[in-house]
Amino acid sequence: MIEITMPRLSDTMEEGAIATWHKHPGDRVEVGDVLVEIETDKATMDYEAYEAGTLSQILVDEGATVTIGTPIALLDDGNDAAAPAPTAVHETTPLPTPVANAATPPEKAVSRPVPEVVASAPTFTRSAAPLVSEGDRRFASPLVRKLAREHALDLSQVHGSGPGGRIIRTDLNDLLAPGASAPTPGGAPRPVVYTGDVVDEKRASEPVQLTKARRVIARRLGESAREIPHYYVTAVADAEVLVQMRADLNEQLGAGEPKISINDLIIRASALALLEHPTVNASYLGDESPTMLIHHRVNIGIAVASKNGLVVPVIVDADQKTVAQLGAEAKQLALQAGTKGLTIDQMSGGTFTISNLGMYGVEEFTAIINPPEGAILAVGATKREPTVVGEVVVPRYRMRFTLSSDHRIIDGALAAEFLRTLTRLIENPWRIVA
Amino acid sequence: MSVVTYRQALHDTLRAEMLRDENVFLIGEEIGVFEGSYKITAGLLAEFGERRVRDTPIAEEGFTGAAIGAAMLGLRPVVEIMTINFTLLAIDQIVNHAAKIYGMFGGQAKVPLVIRTPGGGGQQLGATHSQNIELYYAFVPGMKVVAPSTPADAKALLLAAIRDDDPVLFLENLALYNTKGEVPDDDTPAEIGKAAVTREGHDLTLIGYSRMAYVASHVAQELSESDGLDIEVIDLRSLRPLDRETIINSVKKTHAAVVLEDDWLTYGIGAEIAATISDGAFDYLDAPVRRVAMAEVPMPYSKVLESAALPSNDDVRNAIYQTLDAIGRRHHKMGQGHD
Repeated sequence: MIEITMPRLSDTMEEGAIATWHKHPGDRVEVGDVLVEIETDKATMDYEAYEAGTLSQILVDEGATVTIGTPIALLDDGNDAAAPAPTAVHETTPLPTPVANAATPPEKAVSRPVPEVVASAPTFTRSAAPLVSEGDRRFASPLVRKLAREHALDLSQVHGSGPGGRIIRTDLNDLLAPGASAPTPGGAPRPVVYTGDVVDEKRASEPVQLTKARRVIARRLGESAREIPHYYVTAVADAEVLVQMRADLNEQLGAGEPKISINDLIIRASALALLEHPTVNASYLGDESPTMLIHHRVNIGIAVASKNGLVVPVIVDADQKTVAQLGAEAKQLALQAGTKGLTIDQMSGGTFTISNLGMYGVEEFTAIINPPEGAILAVGATKREPTVVGEVVVPRYRMRFTLSSDHRIIDGALAAEFLRTLTRLIENPWRIVA
Repeated sequence: MSVVTYRQALHDTLRAEMLRDENVFLIGEEIGVFEGSYKITAGLLAEFGERRVRDTPIAEEGFTGAAIGAAMLGLRPVVEIMTINFTLLAIDQIVNHAAKIYGMFGGQAKVPLVIRTPGGGGQQLGATHSQNIELYYAFVPGMKVVAPSTPADAKALLLAAIRDDDPVLFLENLALYNTKGEVPDDDTPAEIGKAAVTREGHDLTLIGYSRMAYVASHVAQELSESDGLDIEVIDLRSLRPLDRETIINSVKKTHAAVVLEDDWLTYGIGAEIAATISDGAFDYLDAPVRRVAMAEVPMPYSKVLESAALPSNDDVRNAIYQTLDAIGRRHHKMGQGHD
């Protein structure tokens, strides 16, 4: 018997959720067959079998999340026949004996079609121990699963008092009571997202299913906003020369060469500014860690609004690429995000992120840091506005950008210095391309 | 409003419909001179004469077929088949003719036919005369199957069945004929295909039809008094069409259901109800749907074995307790009910 465990599919992955099982107990599995789709913090990945055999048992249900290394399934490779048959709980009911050869009176058919666990435990008690013989699988009634989805409840900490440890509606009483907060392993209060009636007639509310991608975004951004002490520093740069330079550059391009965008120039400028201020290109490792990480490669994530929600493809070594190369790569990644989707590799290893809402006409905004990075740059629109030059007011192109920083590793003065460098580059844009 | 038996309600309604509409006539075995095996047609031969109350030979296929032909030509026959067991002799006429003619002839002929027939065991009539096989007809598109459990519904559904232009199997029950209840004086037919919530509650939905709807109300009332339970009871009243909406809405409220049926469990009406709940209220279930049905045996003749084979009030109570235990609403010692 081979134990298949939750694999590590990205370097920041700590746990994975089972999205879809492609094989089911009893199915033949060949090397290379897709066993299961696993949703990580970055993407949903196919996980292929490394060994052949028969899938004996699924230990973690679809939708459940477990940490790396947790057994998720058992694969029978023909060895170790002594392994206990773990499916005893699911044994089918013996069929009623035909009367013709019945030695005992046939049992009356009182609703024991598949007599769940009650059959073997006729008097379970409310304090029955959760069923552990099924690995870490948690049973919950459909009603409980629905409420858990709607109220964002973590069922892993809920004691199931139903038959065989099934979590039933009554077990959620405390969690769903107004003002309640869910228990968490660490004892820290866990915010309960919503505690009122789900379908609220006064507001004509309707529950809408969240995609898996959206749930990942929600969880990660929630963690970031809750855990990272964000602060925001905004600067404004005169972009008159930058705009003119971009226009000149684009005029020089041959037919078919993609145009340079303001954003391409910002990516390159940010990369250069990060080289100058390496401690902004850094990660905090947690309160228990005596070290922080300073990254010597500059890998810039680009926040992209795709049909699946926010994704952040990463351009590696952005400091070593030309503006034209950066533009081409950014365009290709955005296109792929909107079509077949990005791979884990394309979304991992970032050291800094840029979010640009300038194309929507947004003047300035603040962004939430993309962990484990230390900072994120929120770029607004490049707009003409009245500007004092010498003693006169003239129309000039101006651009505002805001750095959100993790105060645990980046102090205000450092953020200001980084922005001063970035402003200098934008106002002297030949330095960006030189 | 008057209190009458189920039997009397049927009799009075047949008579009233015969007075109202000349095209209504009765046909079946022993319904005239003998006044019916269960006396539903008592006095009607004397009052209406042989043209309207036709005694037949023991030939179910023949007189059912004759009634289908009469219905196609504009009469409104009410066939009595002595028990539902004997409909098997007429099943080809019912399934392949009555149910099919309207559709197969493109609507050129309707079959406004009623087949009254009682189901029910418990009378020591043996395996061939104690079956509950209404499912065979509820299975067939083109048929309607209604199953009143009270005198009031016996009247309202019989009015609806006689006035309906489709063939209707009207299921009576031997054990219900002598039950009494209030019957309204007015002649308002029931809506075929509409279940009734006969008791409102929040703890669990108990679903039955015909005799088991009666048992359901009875047990729910007992458990309300003995255990303070608040059980919702649904009387299906019609098996085809089936009122899925009422079932689903109730389970959405109570989160648990027990389905009662006098037929066999496997492939039974209860299976259809359980599937309906799974389809329409899966996310609202806090416990599996349980079914209470007859033992999977041909009905024994012995009184002791017959009683053991039929679902009892205790069986119903135990299924309710098990379901409520499974959702943590109560913890109860099983099998301590009283009949």
